[in-house]
Amino acid sequence: MSKKSRSRGGGGAGAAAGDDHEDLARPPPLQAVLLADSFTLKFRPITLERPKVLLPLVHMPMIEYTLTWLESAGVDEAFVFCCAHSHQVKEYLEKSGWAEKAGAGSMAVTAVESHDAISAGDALRVIYERGVIHGDFILISGDTISNMSLKDALQEHMDRKKKDPLAVMTMIIKHSKPSILTHQTRLGNDEIVMAIDPETKELLYYEDRADNSHLYVTIDKDILTNNPSLQLHNDMEDCYIDICSPEVLSLFTDNFDYQHLRRHFVKGLLVDDIMGYKIYTHELRSGYAARIDNFRSYDTVSKDVIQRWTYPMVPDVISSGDCSESRLHRQGIYKASDVTLSHSAQIGANSVVGSGTRIGDHCKVLNSVIGEGCKIGKNVLINGSYIWDNVIIEDGCKVSNSLVCGGVHLKAGAIVEPGCVLSFNVEVGKNVGVPAHSKVSLLPQPSNEDSDEELEYADTNSGVTESPPFSSMRSNGDQATVPSEDESGTFEIGTCGVVGYIWTSGDTGILEEWRQSIAPIPKEKLEELQHAVSEDDGSEDESNNPTQPDKDDSSDIAVEDDDPFSKFEKEVEETFQRALGGGVNRDNLILEINGLRLAYSLQHADCAGAVFYSVMKSALVAAQSTNDTLLKTTAEALGKWKDLLRNYTKTVDEEMEILLKFEEMCQETTKEFSPLFSKILPFLYDTEVVSEDAIMRWAEEKEHADESDKVFVKQSEAFIQWLKEAEEEDDEEEE
Amino acid sequence: MDFQVVVLAGGTSETLSPLVSKDVPKALLPVANRPLLSYALDLLEASDLKDLIVVVEGQEAARLVGAWVSSAYLDRLCVEVLAVSEDLGSAGALRAISKRLTANDILVISGDLVTDVLPGAVAATHRRNGAAVTALLCSVPVSGPSETASSSGKDKAKKPNRLNIVGLDKTKQFLLHIVSGTDVEKDVRVHKRKIQAVGQMEIRSDLMDAHLYAFKRTILQDVLEQKEAYRSIRLEVLPYLVRSQLRSAPSGGHGTTVGETGNSAVLSSGNLQCLSQHHVITPSAFKQDALSRSHGGHRCCAYIATKSKYCHRLNSIQSYCDINRDVIGEASHLSGYSFSAQNNIIHPSSVLGSKTTIGPHCILAEGSQLGDKCSVKRSVIGRHCRISSNVKIVNSVVMNHVVIEDGCHIQGSVVCNNVQLQERSVLKDCQIGAGYIVTAGSEHKAESLARK
Repeated sequence: MSKKSRSRGGGGAGAAAGDDHEDLARPPPLQAVLLADSFTLKFRPITLERPKVLLPLVHMPMIEYTLTWLESAGVDEAFVFCCAHSHQVKEYLEKSGWAEKAGAGSMAVTAVESHDAISAGDALRVIYERGVIHGDFILISGDTISNMSLKDALQEHMDRKKKDPLAVMTMIIKHSKPSILTHQTRLGNDEIVMAIDPETKELLYYEDRADNSHLYVTIDKDILTNNPSLQLHNDMEDCYIDICSPEVLSLFTDNFDYQHLRRHFVKGLLVDDIMGYKIYTHELRSGYAARIDNFRSYDTVSKDVIQRWTYPMVPDVISSGDCSESRLHRQGIYKASDVTLSHSAQIGANSVVGSGTRIGDHCKVLNSVIGEGCKIGKNVLINGSYIWDNVIIEDGCKVSNSLVCGGVHLKAGAIVEPGCVLSFNVEVGKNVGVPAHSKVSLLPQPSNEDSDEELEYADTNSGVTESPPFSSMRSNGDQATVPSEDESGTFEIGTCGVVGYIWTSGDTGILEEWRQSIAPIPKEKLEELQHAVSEDDGSEDESNNPTQPDKDDSSDIAVEDDDPFSKFEKEVEETFQRALGGGVNRDNLILEINGLRLAYSLQHADCAGAVFYSVMKSALVAAQSTNDTLLKTTAEALGKWKDLLRNYTKTVDEEMEILLKFEEMCQETTKEFSPLFSKILPFLYDTEVVSEDAIMRWAEEKEHADESDKVFVKQSEAFIQWLKEAEEEDDEEEE
Repeated sequence: MDFQVVVLAGGTSETLSPLVSKDVPKALLPVANRPLLSYALDLLEASDLKDLIVVVEGQEAARLVGAWVSSAYLDRLCVEVLAVSEDLGSAGALRAISKRLTANDILVISGDLVTDVLPGAVAATHRRNGAAVTALLCSVPVSGPSETASSSGKDKAKKPNRLNIVGLDKTKQFLLHIVSGTDVEKDVRVHKRKIQAVGQMEIRSDLMDAHLYAFKRTILQDVLEQKEAYRSIRLEVLPYLVRSQLRSAPSGGHGTTVGETGNSAVLSSGNLQCLSQHHVITPSAFKQDALSRSHGGHRCCAYIATKSKYCHRLNSIQSYCDINRDVIGEASHLSGYSFSAQNNIIHPSSVLGSKTTIGPHCILAEGSQLGDKCSVKRSVIGRHCRISSNVKIVNSVVMNHVVIEDGCHIQGSVVCNNVQLQERSVLKDCQIGAGYIVTAGSEHKAESLARK
């Protein structure tokens, strides 16, 4: 059918316009753009070695699922955009036969390669430049698993476009399954809030960041004016399958700053309202569609595949290339025909064992996928894990809820705790325990990871991070492994431990780790989340009283008004702490503090006070207990940082500021200094942080103050007296 | 039904001056020649809600209302008229009579509501859902002097005025979010947790809070007691209840027994729906209903009147005109009169001069006289009015005992009791207070005139 349509579609555009029925019967060739690069770092460190789309999902590379689906959905021509590891993707396409299939009735697959694309936006700009897309096309990323029928959505899109040429995109969405406990989608991705017009299904609002900084969803009043009724959804999943008009490509080209499909393109269209273009949604009511965005969704989708929700994309129906067929047994157990399985080994429900794999005595495999050619010893427990091809697991190992890539070698007694990711060819030594949520790779962690929008480039990132010491590596056995720190700061552990680098978690931090890892969500988190739901709502209510908006506003402002200085002080202190830790050198520190000063629009003198405060605080922290040590550490700190302080004490005013600050500290925040005031003052004078002019002026000013304010002047009377005399002497000498 | 009904009949509202005065409190303001309060009372009677407390602001007003009620509803309703001091607000008035409330559920209705939505239906919904509060929501009524094409065009450009923004769950039973008062013109802010808890929320800006509520008594009394500053039910009490409904522990363990049966019924049906959807769409591991309301908090429900129902509050001069127009026009079933073939009502005791025409959608009450060559269109004329010749009355309300002399033109105006319009005076969009005398030949446009 598709061949027929193509041959005729070329000929008679005029004829098609004449007859509606004919027109519907033979649409122009359907094209698809498949992004074989997710432009994120979520699957690191694995993606340093292999592109995400080629990672096996229940024995088959993800892209295989996507391409198979595209073909079954009636796509005539697919363009695979590859960027990172493009040669691997191309090689795969050739090897698997997709690239040659361009024959009749099947889908033609063309690889489009580009090496400087760093985002989906760049990819689409490249596609546009190639000029290969002629009509409406399907935009999908190579990590999407689906078996839905596109017919309805396509028809809807076409019909809508006929009526309204501004409807440029139809987004496929699906009802997601919010967990009653977490109110989280089970895919572990960011939660999406969208607003949809219930009648037209037009998308009015889209927000996909799960950061809790925005507790509220804010819908512009103009949207409400135009749409008296709208549906706010938190229960929808974005399938990341879009039916786009060719205008989408040109929009990306026109707006060269669009990078992210959702964050920039969709937001741009909705918020900036460029040319009035509209995005519509199509809710998927039957069929399956999900995108593998992170480890948790990898886990979830794998389970769905095993449980045959993705039929016909299931292990025993399509199997890639040469591997022998696997067969479905009872309880969702798939076993290849040539598996060597010990009689005492136990394979639990919903598990897959690949061909050529040998499993030893008394092993237990539960809810797990084991690849091809693996060797598993005796008494091994594998629970909820994904073991890829050619993995060797020796006797007595335990692997739970982890991802173990190809070629990994777990020596006897190794324990892999939940949430771990062991990348290719990593070795874990005897009786070594890999702590939960570790990521281990043979490649070092690249350094410049400041943005999550970056590429999966392995070759460009050769640097190694200065990651903070990571010391959760402990041996579980009797054999204590002392991690030897190498120059770069990451650990490489000898044969007794782990071969490979342990990656520290990036920006998201260990806190976010649970959300996206394979490991089940810990109990405390569940409770926390549940609490959050009920608590947050309560706390909102008093402040949000509609009848007293004025009062509330003013008090808010008031709080912010007096805040900046203390905030600034705090930030300076933090910056200083970092400097103490050795991360920042002195020049940069000054720069940073100056930056802060500008950001808070404060005076130079304020800086002096704040920096002085930080220095003294550091001395206090270092000293503890007795006055003697405190004096000593203070002297040390002042000596060390006098250059920094002097940088801020250029005028008498600023020096005064320091003295006043010191006084204030002694009275209020850090009373520990108060007995030492008179002893530290000379020191300040000696290090030339404070000049005698400043001290004299300070003393003069205080003369008229209250008795209580004069405590410190009195305390340092002797010193002031000495200064005065010295001054007189100076004067005399000059005379 | 164990419902106690509280009718908040107001007092002598400032916003309605000069129509209301000491002699005519708001409750007794004639709408199509019937006191305003009678619309609410008839409605309650139709729902078999006969145990009423009518709360009136001000002693004098209460006396007048009480006198009228006892004469008009002597055998039909059991009405107790209570006076509260003025300027308490709706919540304040409720607080003042809080001790008189004894039934499990309280129906609070504003005395200025003209509607054909049965309060009984709201009460039943309330019971069925075991709700803490159920509010009647209806479509925002068409406002403005309509008929004339020009002004309606202007209105369209202005867009219908937004009165409330409400958030509903997907079954449209639960009230999840409400914005009222001045905030409606701002951007809508919805707490994310709330959306997370329910999954899906429908935001509507085309509904209005009709000021007809069913409350669970204990919860209502708690709120009134704890939040002493709350003055308005619509602006404060209801939003507070809606905001606090997801809280884990309500302010005390009471009031749950009544709701239990209702709870389970609603939730199970919700579950069924959810489950069936999950069946189709989502694979592995079923999850239970996302409505987390079951964990102890109360719930706020909404009864949404269908579009065909009439629902309007008389709280401004404009709405007074609108309601009069509608009651004798498109919503004529509300008036309780039977209209003639010409779609109007002319009392047999009235006298019409020659060549005088009374158009459709008019009411001419008993004892009124019209001279020759008069024309009345879409207007209400009260009792015992004396109208001379060549008078034109269009889109207006003329109350009782009004004297209109030759050649007067009245358009879009309200003329109160005992007003005298001298010869050839012209009124357009005016309100004339009781007893005022409009001098001969004067012309007034969009003015409010009252005796000093």
